[in-house]
Amino acid sequence: MAVELDVFVGNTTIMDEEVYQLWLDGYTVNDAVRARMEGGVLDEFDATADVLLSDTMDQYRTFQMCERLLHSPAKLANQLLFQIPPHRQTMLIERYYAFDDVFVREVLGKKLSKGTKKDLDDISAKTGVTLKSCRRQFDNFKRIFKVVEELKGPLVENIRQHFLLSDKLARDYAAIVFFANNRFETGKKKLQYITFQDFAFCAGQLINNWTVGAVGEGLWLLPLANMDVDLDKEFLQELKELKVLITDKDLLDQHKSLVCTALRGKTKAFNEMEANFKNLSRGLVNIATKLTNTKDVRDFFIDLVEKFIEPCRSDRWTAADVKLYLTHYTNSAHILDTFKHQVVWDRYMGVIKSCIFKMYHD
Amino acid sequence: MPGKLKAKIVAGRHLPVMDRASDLTDAFVEVKFGNTTFKTDVCPKSLNPQWNSEWFKFEVDDEDLQDEPLQITVLDHDTYSANDAIGKVYIDIDPLLCTEAASIISGWFPIYDTIHGIRGEINVLVKVELFNDLNRFRQSSCGVKFFCTTSIPYSYRAVMVHGFVEELVVNEDPEYQWIDRIRTPRASNEARQRLISLMSGELQRKIGLKVLEMGGNAVVGYLQCFDLEGESGLVVRAIGTACTLEKFSSGSASITCPHPSTAPPSNACNSPKDGKELVFGEELPLSSGPPTPFRALPSSSSSPPPFSPSKPCSRQSSSSDTDLSLTPKTGMGSGGSAGKEAGPLKTLLRQQTQTTLEQREFPFFTLTSFPPGFLVHVGGVVSARSVKLLDRIHNPDEPETRDAWWEEIRQEIKSHAKALGCHAVVGYSENTSICEEVCILSASGTAAILNPRYMREGCLDVGSIDHRFDDPSPPNCGFCHIPYDELNMPFPAQLAYCYQCRRQKVPDVLFTTIDLPAEAAVTGKGCLIQARLCRLKKKAQGEVNATAISNLLPFMEYELHTQLMNKLKLRSMNALFGLHIQISVGENMLLGLASATGVYLTALPAPGGIQIAGKTPGDLNNEQHVAAIQKRINDAIAKNKELYQINPPELTDEGVGSPIPEPRQRSRIFRSHSESSDELSELDLSHGKKDAFVLEIDDTDAVEDIHSLLTDAPPPAGFHSCSTETMPGIYNWTSGIQMFTSVRVLRLNNTNLTNQGLNKIFTDLCENLLKSFYFKLRSTVPCCLCHLNFTVAVPEEELVQVSVTAVAMTFDKDQNQEKPPEKATTKGGSETEDQLQFPLELSADSSSTSPQPSKISGVAENTIVSTRVSSLEHCSPLPEGRSRSLCSSRSFGVGSVTMVKMTPLSFLPGTRIIKYLGIINMFFIRETTSLREEGGVSGFLHSFIAEVFAMVRAHVAALGGNAVVSYSMKDCVLMENPNKNQAQCLINVSGDAVICVRETDQEQTTNTGQTCGTIDGAT
Repeated sequence: MAVELDVFVGNTTIMDEEVYQLWLDGYTVNDAVRARMEGGVLDEFDATADVLLSDTMDQYRTFQMCERLLHSPAKLANQLLFQIPPHRQTMLIERYYAFDDVFVREVLGKKLSKGTKKDLDDISAKTGVTLKSCRRQFDNFKRIFKVVEELKGPLVENIRQHFLLSDKLARDYAAIVFFANNRFETGKKKLQYITFQDFAFCAGQLINNWTVGAVGEGLWLLPLANMDVDLDKEFLQELKELKVLITDKDLLDQHKSLVCTALRGKTKAFNEMEANFKNLSRGLVNIATKLTNTKDVRDFFIDLVEKFIEPCRSDRWTAADVKLYLTHYTNSAHILDTFKHQVVWDRYMGVIKSCIFKMYHD
Repeated sequence: MPGKLKAKIVAGRHLPVMDRASDLTDAFVEVKFGNTTFKTDVCPKSLNPQWNSEWFKFEVDDEDLQDEPLQITVLDHDTYSANDAIGKVYIDIDPLLCTEAASIISGWFPIYDTIHGIRGEINVLVKVELFNDLNRFRQSSCGVKFFCTTSIPYSYRAVMVHGFVEELVVNEDPEYQWIDRIRTPRASNEARQRLISLMSGELQRKIGLKVLEMGGNAVVGYLQCFDLEGESGLVVRAIGTACTLEKFSSGSASITCPHPSTAPPSNACNSPKDGKELVFGEELPLSSGPPTPFRALPSSSSSPPPFSPSKPCSRQSSSSDTDLSLTPKTGMGSGGSAGKEAGPLKTLLRQQTQTTLEQREFPFFTLTSFPPGFLVHVGGVVSARSVKLLDRIHNPDEPETRDAWWEEIRQEIKSHAKALGCHAVVGYSENTSICEEVCILSASGTAAILNPRYMREGCLDVGSIDHRFDDPSPPNCGFCHIPYDELNMPFPAQLAYCYQCRRQKVPDVLFTTIDLPAEAAVTGKGCLIQARLCRLKKKAQGEVNATAISNLLPFMEYELHTQLMNKLKLRSMNALFGLHIQISVGENMLLGLASATGVYLTALPAPGGIQIAGKTPGDLNNEQHVAAIQKRINDAIAKNKELYQINPPELTDEGVGSPIPEPRQRSRIFRSHSESSDELSELDLSHGKKDAFVLEIDDTDAVEDIHSLLTDAPPPAGFHSCSTETMPGIYNWTSGIQMFTSVRVLRLNNTNLTNQGLNKIFTDLCENLLKSFYFKLRSTVPCCLCHLNFTVAVPEEELVQVSVTAVAMTFDKDQNQEKPPEKATTKGGSETEDQLQFPLELSADSSSTSPQPSKISGVAENTIVSTRVSSLEHCSPLPEGRSRSLCSSRSFGVGSVTMVKMTPLSFLPGTRIIKYLGIINMFFIRETTSLREEGGVSGFLHSFIAEVFAMVRAHVAALGGNAVVSYSMKDCVLMENPNKNQAQCLINVSGDAVICVRETDQEQTTNTGQTCGTIDGAT
């Protein structure tokens, strides 16, 4: 005696959020049943394992049928096959596109290609996220990347509109797309301490300040496809001009003395700041001048860590010290009479400052 | 030229990729009606084509309008090879033919392919211009309204109830024709779908004609079924109740319309105290007619005529319209049943005496609930079954046999009813079970005496309620009083004076197929009671097989009845409503399933308990065993009484703690009967020993029986279940509903099973299904599973299939003891508030996904209720419609699809039906040759059922509706061959498309409802 067929279909599609999460997490039906039993659903409701299995199978089937629709969430709203109240649709989409920070940290900045997909086994083993879930998350990244790649307009807004995601999730995806597009190196050991959320914040800064789309409305008419995805080439070119801050000896000294005057007495790390000023300034300006090379763009975060964060950390600067230093470092440049590139300097340092603040932790 | 049909193809969306090279599709559309076909332009390289075609016009007879569906085929244009079909949409335009129903069909329809399922959607507009044609010889019956609902539809009143209408149409099944060997499965499926659509159109038209002849304008309780007889053909048959309906003006609707949720009986049990207990003694209201002995049918030797798919030659089975038809018809049989009736009936109707009803050929009514006063007395369930051998070949010139079969059964039902002293049968239904060449025809109903005035013109005037009663019996217990002569009873039964009025006699137990009358007084709550039974039979062929089945049937009926009776007693109840007994035949077994809602009718005497008796009294071991079982039974009864809150005052007065102290019982019998007649009491005594409620455990069988009696688990806390429309004892429904369909198939691998083994398996199957439902719906408690409709089948030798369609309805727990009597007033008070709320909602952001604040029905609802509602389905259909119309401008707006509620009930709690848009009657076939890839049979059926729901919803939305009531899945025939990776499934569903509005805001919504359709089209 065996159950040959067992289905339950509601006019309004019945979906259990708990089972949905298990499905998303890549549990097999049997594992999901076990997990639910351990979760105590049987205790609060007198039922047998058979009932639980039957229910789990039904739900899994429903999710599998829905998955196709979730790939283009706009379809979910006007498809006719499943009657799902709008607030449930939102939940389904949001959960489907949610990802594990540990997983995304592994693929951040990597090319979203078949090659990377093959590595998912290793990532799965390393992170403890099931392979099935890794695949879903990876495919989500790829799908969103592909769609927004060809769209004009603001990146976050595009993602939100096309995938009906919440603002927070759309911003995270924008970061992922931005990292994948520019192939920022994030996997080096030195960068391991930086969380996805740190990177997502930095990506937001870069998108908002260093891309073509960031400049303003006037550029809307430009026939540029990826306004938010690619860095503003012109700006990168202009960054070269900042070199004068370290090549011109007078300017460098002048800058140093201005900063030191401002800092004196305000921090315990003053001596180290004074001693390291030239090194640090060279580091930051060199990063700026090299950004025209794609290779150096990729190393942007490593450079920030190696050239600035690590020296500061070895001198035991506090986060407040860093903030103080960078504020004065940026502002003092305005007082330099021979330094003409104030606008570029601000655009550059604004992002650098906030990125370093975010990244300066253990 | 009595009609012009116009269709416009607007756009498509989500089309499948048909050209692998470009990942796109070059789609165009063919629109076909009858033999006329139009085509749209090809919309190249798009998965979301915009055709925006002209209006295609078809000038057609209204007869064709009724029979034919509009057929829309979406194709992919291919320059070099044949165009590939993407899928089809069949649109039944019947709703447009009735002035009071829908005026336009407009909306997105799923494009359906029998092999691939739903493949995108298409937006279509359909209109009909009808010219008045007063030709009395016409063949069409446009304008006759059809309702699946088995009660007088809301917002209508019955001016007159004319009575029974029936018709059947036969054709060859395209699946079994020679041509099927050479055509594709898709072509075969489509031929079948189209044929059935045509046949049901034709059937409906013919029924309509009969109604017009009778002077009616509507069919209520329309029940259409398909019999897939295999090689011998395809039968589409329908029964219904012809009525003359009149629409209420909107103002009076709220007062006069009996709404199950708002018109509960006075629940207080105020019957006199000197209650005499009349127990013991089995009543056998279910007088199962002995199955008609097998009758060999003359087999004709002539071969079937060649089949022409374009114009199938459906043969009509009855000759009712011969005298009216202008066109000469061939093959007019003499076996017509209704033809004889139609003529005389008209004249009889004018006389309008009580005898009218009796003289009618079939005084049957498919209704299950009635206007107050309609039902005078109820006798009991009558049923008849007959086993027939299907003849292999149809000869179109031969008189129709199917009609004769049904006529025979109906005669039997009629005579059973007469034996119960009744002149009518209500809650009447018919069904069949077919296995290979054997067919069991079944009919059942409830014998009743009706108020003859309802058959008279203008008698149903609601104002004159008081004058209607010739019978002085009080309205809320009258129907329980026996209709038959107590000295000449048709079966042994125990009678007592009615516990409410103390004047008339009532039986001790009452079984009926109807819903509990709204005025009936009930003590406590009801519950679902099921009897399940399996009987093995030897495999056989032809006559031997039919005889074997015939011989088994009476035993099955008897056992099912005994089970029902025992289970009823175990729950301390005394009446069954909505009883439905199904007997299904398979190659090597028969399955019987009886479902009903058990209640304690206040008017009927308290039921006795169940007594266990050992076979060998001397054996000490045995006696202990018996005592143990007796204790378990008594405990169960006591527990059930508490569970269902059954505590009639009489019981407490007399202090009956244990269910049956036997000696006392006996004496009471004497006492009570001394009042009526000695003869009776003697009869009862002699009957006492064979009483069904004394269970003798003399063999293993009986032990099994007792065990099965005790295994039925009560529903978990917070749940109730019933097979009727609503649960007796619960009146404060909130608006959360969840309709569902569940199918389970069990494979019996064990070849040498015993009857008991099978019974256990079958019982477990049903019980486990119920447990599954409770578990799945656990987040909706407190709720009641209503209209639990189980259908059993034996699709293959070792398979048992159970399909269930039901609805879970939430109710307000805090008030479930009593109905809020001031409901009407609070409703009025909150109305203004709601009106104020209206514009605010409009101006609010349409994309807001938060659940509507549930302002339902003005009942003082707490927040718990509203959150619970939101977790189910959106409670108020209307705001959704509104938000949808606002959303339509936004390309990615959430919720651009109208929410369509579905329910097997005739109403939606918390809402009022303001318009019936027409009947939904759809038949789909789905086939796959990649069963594994689709997730096995479960995956296949799961998506098919979801697709069927989607198509029903789409059609309702296109008619401008937001709900389907009286929804039912008539057939779900699944055939599988996992070895070949194939499966096929046929599903037939029906229901009434309606517009409903929240009870509080009726005025504004009338307009909104009507504009629904146009909004749909614009999106």
